Amino acid sequence: MKSTNFIDNLPKVYGIYTGGFIGFIILMAIAEQMGMTAKAIGIAFVAFTVFIYALIGWLSRTAQADAYYVAGRQVPTVFNGMATAADWMSGASFVAMAGGIYFKGYGYMALLVGWTGGYVLVASLLAPYLRKFGCYTVPDFIGTRYGGNLARFSAVVVLTVASFTYVTAQINATGTIASVALDIPFQYAVYIGLISILLCSMLGGMRGVTWTQVAQYIVLIIAYLLPVFWISNKIGAGFFPHFMLADEVARIGELEAQFGFVKNSAADLATVPKGLAGITKAHSAVNATPWAFISLALAMMMGTASLPHVMMRYFTTPSVKAARKSVGWSLFFIFLLYSSAPMLATLSKLSLLDPNLSTGIIGKSITDVQAIDWYQNWNAANLMFVSDFNGNGTVELNEFFMGGKAVVLATPEIAGLPYVISGLVAAGGMAAAMSTADGLILAIANAISHDVYYKIIDPKAETAKRLVVARVLLVVIGFAGATIAAMEIQGILGSVIWAFDFAMSGLFFPLVLGVWWKRANRQGAIAGMLGGLAAGTWYLVWVRTGGSGFLGITQLTFGIFGSAVSLVAMVVVSLMTQEPDKATQKMVDEVRVPSGKTILGKQ
Amino acid sequence: MSNQEKHWEKSRGLLMITLAIWFVFSIGIFLFGAEMNEVTGPFGYPWTYWFTCQGSLGAFVILIFWFANRQEKIDEEFGFSEREDE
Repeated sequence: MKSTNFIDNLPKVYGIYTGGFIGFIILMAIAEQMGMTAKAIGIAFVAFTVFIYALIGWLSRTAQADAYYVAGRQVPTVFNGMATAADWMSGASFVAMAGGIYFKGYGYMALLVGWTGGYVLVASLLAPYLRKFGCYTVPDFIGTRYGGNLARFSAVVVLTVASFTYVTAQINATGTIASVALDIPFQYAVYIGLISILLCSMLGGMRGVTWTQVAQYIVLIIAYLLPVFWISNKIGAGFFPHFMLADEVARIGELEAQFGFVKNSAADLATVPKGLAGITKAHSAVNATPWAFISLALAMMMGTASLPHVMMRYFTTPSVKAARKSVGWSLFFIFLLYSSAPMLATLSKLSLLDPNLSTGIIGKSITDVQAIDWYQNWNAANLMFVSDFNGNGTVELNEFFMGGKAVVLATPEIAGLPYVISGLVAAGGMAAAMSTADGLILAIANAISHDVYYKIIDPKAETAKRLVVARVLLVVIGFAGATIAAMEIQGILGSVIWAFDFAMSGLFFPLVLGVWWKRANRQGAIAGMLGGLAAGTWYLVWVRTGGSGFLGITQLTFGIFGSAVSLVAMVVVSLMTQEPDKATQKMVDEVRVPSGKTILGKQ
Repeated sequence: MSNQEKHWEKSRGLLMITLAIWFVFSIGIFLFGAEMNEVTGPFGYPWTYWFTCQGSLGAFVILIFWFANRQEKIDEEFGFSEREDE
């Protein structure tokens, strides 16, 4: 059959694809030398890559439920790892993370630890057991393990709240990049982004998303690593930055001591364009209390283990054994990008700060800086700003401001790399945002079509009808997300972090205890899901409306409170009500061993 | 104790070890972040800084592969590993 052949040929197919993409980069570099404009290069990069994803999406079209929901459960471990990495690394990881590290240093880097450490929980507590279960969606597990429509529906509610919070940020990011690269207004660019996203997932469901995500991972990792290595070599920092930037990190410390962190007056800061920030924190010093760091890392770790769009990627592996290994590969591919983000932040900061480098602007005269080409470009894009607050004619550390996105987007240009690299970075950011948006929209649409429509409303529905419902929902949810994104009510990173907190508040303990505690029953799980979500939401609203909070839990870590309430509610209610029946207990035993049939079988 | 109970006990033991190592790299060292950052660590970076950039992240990758292999061995030992045709 076509499919087994295709699986065997995967390394070859993606090898040719990678070669073709590198060929395209070289072609663009040559075209640039021959006078192709920066704008045309940007359009070519985004249009070419999106066309390829759409083509893969079309080739992966399917009419089978197994292929649509879980890619036929035949995705090899390494490829599933790549797909998960693309699914996981959002527009925020790609565009905003290095900027966050650049400005906030250690306190922000809790996110790096949290967004990787969570995979240990995924691998050891959940993924292999949920794979053995043989479910299509995360609520499918909750609904079968605990029984009853209310438990299933509660899980769908938590999933939808968390994933929808996340997806608007991703559609927003695709819109931002499409609007810059294609030079069209954001309100229209959002819908172009959405259509690109739907092209990947609509025809092939999980199968289409899987194979486009692998392709998107290859684009985004090349787009992230190439500039980091290039800049590092160009400024002579070392040919392998990850192992060789210690001197540069120390040098930034020296410069910070030399320049000093001067606090600006409120009146001066009022003149700085919105969204830009200055360097106010030491680059490599520990600038957060242990609890501030650990609570943020912990919230992100537990959130990782509860986000359904990640978990459902492990439903696509051929076996339980493969699911475990696949988690390792996922994290390895994520590690490649995450460990490079601090290096990029270091290189970017050094380029701008060090007076010994030709690109350094601190200590230069303000009129000289304002005359630099790249300064003018990024100033026009509202991502860079200098102002002579103290009137001494030179730029001081506290007189230089930049947007978080500029670290990834502008550093190649500052370091003097050709424009083709900026086009590549735009394509990478687009790939990162699209792949995550696809995973999320699919997670929501699948949960509603499978768990609400098929399992609760119409269990006799035929496959063809189920898949029509699934696709209609995909489009509806996508448009709802795009409409909210077009209103631009929230920043990219804040809403991403909230999504983790919502997910952990409602789903972490009901999922984990479903496998690890036989005594957990339906009433307990429902109390845990709804109680946790309600408590977390209440805490968020309370802190946002001027509440003081307690125990140092902030609006970014409200999931710690939500999940604590969830745990207590689940344990207390479970113990107060009847233990699960024999059949359920036997089912839990079955889940705990890899051999034998899956619990649910073919659906 | 049945075969399956023994299998589960051993799996649970492995989980505890895995979570203990996870705890050290995700929480333990950051309890002493400020103190450890004074010391020069691998490749010349300050210790805590290095852990947040690379150290903990890399440790998690290795930990997951180690865990997967150990769990496979446990499954084989008690005859619960999957057959190829399943």
